[in-house]
Amino acid sequence: MTFLDYAPAPESQAVLHLRDEYGLFIGGEFRAGGGTPFASINPATEKQIAMIAHANEADVDAAVAAARKAYTTTWSKLSGSDRGKYLFRIARLLQERARELAVAESLDNGKPIKESRDVDVPLVAAWFFYYAGWADKLDHVGLGASPAPRGVAAQVIPWNFPLLMLAWKIAPALAAGNTVVLKPAETTSLTALLFAEIVQQADLPPGVVNIITGAGDSGVPLVGHPDVDIVAFTGSTPVGRAIAKSTAGTRKKVILELGGKAANIVFDDAPIDQAIEGIVNGIFFNQGHVCCAGSRLLVQESVHDEVVDRLKARLSTLRLGDPLDKNTDIGAINSAAQLERIRTLSDVGEAEGAERWTAACEIPANGFWFAPTIFDNVSTSHRIAREEIFGPVLSVLTFRTPAEAIAKANNTPYGLSAGIWTDKGSRILAVADQLRAGVIWANTFNRFDPSSPFGGYKESGYGREGGRHGIAAYLQGATK
Amino acid sequence: MTEIVHADRALALIGGEPNDANLRRYLHGIPGVDAVGLQQRAAGLGTRSIKTTSKAWALDRIIGLIDLTTLEGADTPGKVRSLVAKAVTPDPGDLTCPRVAAVCVYGDMVPHAVQALGAAHGEIAVAAVATAFPSGRASRSIKLEDTADAVAAGADEIDMVIDRGAFLAGRYGQVFDEIAAVKEACRRADGTYAHLKVILETGELNTYDNVRRASWLGILAGGDFIKTSTGKVSPAATLPVTLLMLEVVRDWYRLTGHQVGVKPAGGIRTSKDAIKYLVTVAETAGEEWLTPHLFRFGASSLLNDVLLQRQKVATGHYSGPDYVTID
Repeated sequence: MTFLDYAPAPESQAVLHLRDEYGLFIGGEFRAGGGTPFASINPATEKQIAMIAHANEADVDAAVAAARKAYTTTWSKLSGSDRGKYLFRIARLLQERARELAVAESLDNGKPIKESRDVDVPLVAAWFFYYAGWADKLDHVGLGASPAPRGVAAQVIPWNFPLLMLAWKIAPALAAGNTVVLKPAETTSLTALLFAEIVQQADLPPGVVNIITGAGDSGVPLVGHPDVDIVAFTGSTPVGRAIAKSTAGTRKKVILELGGKAANIVFDDAPIDQAIEGIVNGIFFNQGHVCCAGSRLLVQESVHDEVVDRLKARLSTLRLGDPLDKNTDIGAINSAAQLERIRTLSDVGEAEGAERWTAACEIPANGFWFAPTIFDNVSTSHRIAREEIFGPVLSVLTFRTPAEAIAKANNTPYGLSAGIWTDKGSRILAVADQLRAGVIWANTFNRFDPSSPFGGYKESGYGREGGRHGIAAYLQGATK
Repeated sequence: MTEIVHADRALALIGGEPNDANLRRYLHGIPGVDAVGLQQRAAGLGTRSIKTTSKAWALDRIIGLIDLTTLEGADTPGKVRSLVAKAVTPDPGDLTCPRVAAVCVYGDMVPHAVQALGAAHGEIAVAAVATAFPSGRASRSIKLEDTADAVAAGADEIDMVIDRGAFLAGRYGQVFDEIAAVKEACRRADGTYAHLKVILETGELNTYDNVRRASWLGILAGGDFIKTSTGKVSPAATLPVTLLMLEVVRDWYRLTGHQVGVKPAGGIRTSKDAIKYLVTVAETAGEEWLTPHLFRFGASSLLNDVLLQRQKVATGHYSGPDYVTID
C-alpha cells in the first residue's frame, strides 16, 4: 500500500433514516400515488434505495388544487415578514439536517460526498436564507408599485443537482408569495421527499409546497395544467422546447434553464496551475453533469501542449469510486441511460477522428461509471464539440487570436456560460463583453451564489434565476 | 561535479549571466499565480480524510520529516542537549517510534548538538541557521563566515535566509549571487557540501507571484531545499504557499529531472495540519517527495501533538500532555 491509496473514509449512513416507500406530498401530507410505484436506485451499486410513488393525472390535479387552495386561503394573504419567517425556519432546518441531506444526495445521485457536503447542501441553505430576506422587502426595492405573486407555480427539475435545483425553484417562488407543485427527476426523488419532511417540520401551511414524483408522464400534465400560472423548468433543450410549445398562447409565465456547451478559454498568459484546476472543476465537477460545464476547452495554440500535458497529469490524480467516501473526486454516473449517452457520444468523437485519452482508473464492478476523458484535436464541426455530452468528457480545441477564441466560443446554439483565463484584466473585460453567454467566469469556474443571476442566451433558455431577477420572475407587474 | 552541471543548466535556462536583467526576464516570464484559485486548491487538498492505516503511516512519516527546532536567544547547551534527547527518543514509552530527521539550531549551538547526538549523528542530521538569521541584514562576508563556521563545526545542513530587501527592490542578481556564494561556503574540506536550504521568508514577500519567483531564484542559484519561513515573521508557513512552492519543484523536476526539497516552517502545530501538508506533497510533487531528502517540517511543538495522536491510534484513547515529554 502506498500513502496515496488513502484508506477508506466512508461517510456514515447512520444519520439517514429512510422509509422503504415514499408517497406523494400533497396538501401537507404524504399519500399514495395513482400510478405504479418505481424504485429509486443507488447508481454506484444499482441497489434499490426506496420505492417512489408515481403521480398520475388525478394526482397532478390534486396537487395543483392543494396549491391553489393554499395560495388563495393563506399564503397570498400572509405578510412578507411572515413568509420570510417560514423560509428562515426552512433554511435553519436545512442546515441542521445538512449531513443527512448530503448523504441522501450522494446515495441517490452518485455525486461525491465532498461535493454534496461542501457545495450542494450549503448552497441550498444559502438560497433559502437569501430569498427569505427578500420576502418583506418586495414593495421597496424597485420592483414596481406593489408587485404581486403570480399564483401557482409548476416546477420541474433535473437529476444533476436535485436538492439545489429544488432550492433555486422553491425559495424565490415562496418568497414572492406563490405556492408550488414541484416534480423532481425520476432518478433523484429522494432529497425532495426529505425536503417535504422539512416542510412539515417547519409547519408550513398545507399545500404551499407540494412534491409529486414520477417520470415525464407526471411532468407533462403538471406543466399543461390549466390552473398553473407559472412554469419553471431546468433540463434538456428538447424538453424545454416542448414545454415552450405547450405553454404558447396560454397565460403562463415560463422560465427555462436548458442545456449548454460552454467554452473555457485559456490564454497563453493564464495562471497555469489555477487554470488547470479550473478546467478540471469546469468539466469534472459532478461528473460533468452540469448544464454550465466547461465542456469545450479553447486553449491558445502556443500553450496547447503544456496545458494538455499538465491536465493529463492532474486527471491521473483524480479518485473515482464510492460516492460516500470522503476522498472520492469522481462519483457515479446517475443512470444507465446517461452512461449510454456518454459512451455513444464518446465513440462518435473517436470515430470522427478526435484523439481520445482516458485517465487510468479502476472502474468498480457494479454501478454506472465513466473515467475522466479528454478529446484532443477536436474541430468545431465534430459532434463532441457541438452536442451536450453531460458527462466527464472534455473536448480540446485551439485558437490563435482573441478574435478567433470569441468566434469559436460563440459558435454554438447554446449560450449558458463561459470561462476566461488570463492574467490580463483588460482582456477579461474585452472578451467577456463579446461572449454571448449568460454567466461568464474569469479565472474561476462553476462558482454559484444566490445573489448572482443565472441563465442563458439562445437555446440555453430564457429567464434568470438568482438575485433580484430571480424573484422578479415570480412577481406580476415587476419591473426588471 | 554535479554543482557545475547544475550551474550550467541554470545559466542555460536564464539565457546568460545571472544579472538583474536576465533574471528579471526569466522570472517575470513564468506564468502568474491566481491567489483565489491557489487558496481554493489548498483548501480542497485540506479536506482529504486520512483515516486508520493511512493515518498511522502518516503520523510516523511526519515524525521522520521533522526538523526539531529551537531558535531562541535564550538557547543554552543544556536546552540543545534536551532537544537532541527528544530527537533521539521522541516517545520514551514506545521505542518503536521513529526518530526525527534533524535538529535545527543556531550556529553557535552546532558543537553541542553534534556532541549530544554522538553515534546518532548521521541518522539524525544537524541543521544550522546561518547568514545573519533571521533578518539577513549583515554584510556578505559576515554571512559567508557564519555559514562556513557552522559547517566547520559539523552542521550537515545550512538554513540560509535570502536578502528580501534586495529581492523586493528587483536586485535579483544580488540575491542569486549570494545564494551561490553561500552554497560555496557550504563546501567542506573533502569537497562535499552541506545541504543548503534557502529560506524565502514568504511572509515578507507578500504576494504569491513573489513567492513563485523567489522559489525559482532559490533553485536556479543552487538551493537543495526551498523553505518558507524563519518562524520569526507572521504569517509563517501556510498551506497555499507550500502548495505553490511544491508546484515549482514539480515543474523544475519536469524541466530538468533534478529533485529539490521543500520545507514549510513555523506555525504547523497539529497532526491534523501536518497531514494536510503530506496530502499536498503527495498530490502535487508526488509521493516520492515524502522522504527527509525532499520534504521537512520546521517545527517545535508539532512533535508532541503527533506523539499524542500516535498514542491514540495505538491505544484507542487519548492520553494527555503529561504523557509526552517536553524538551
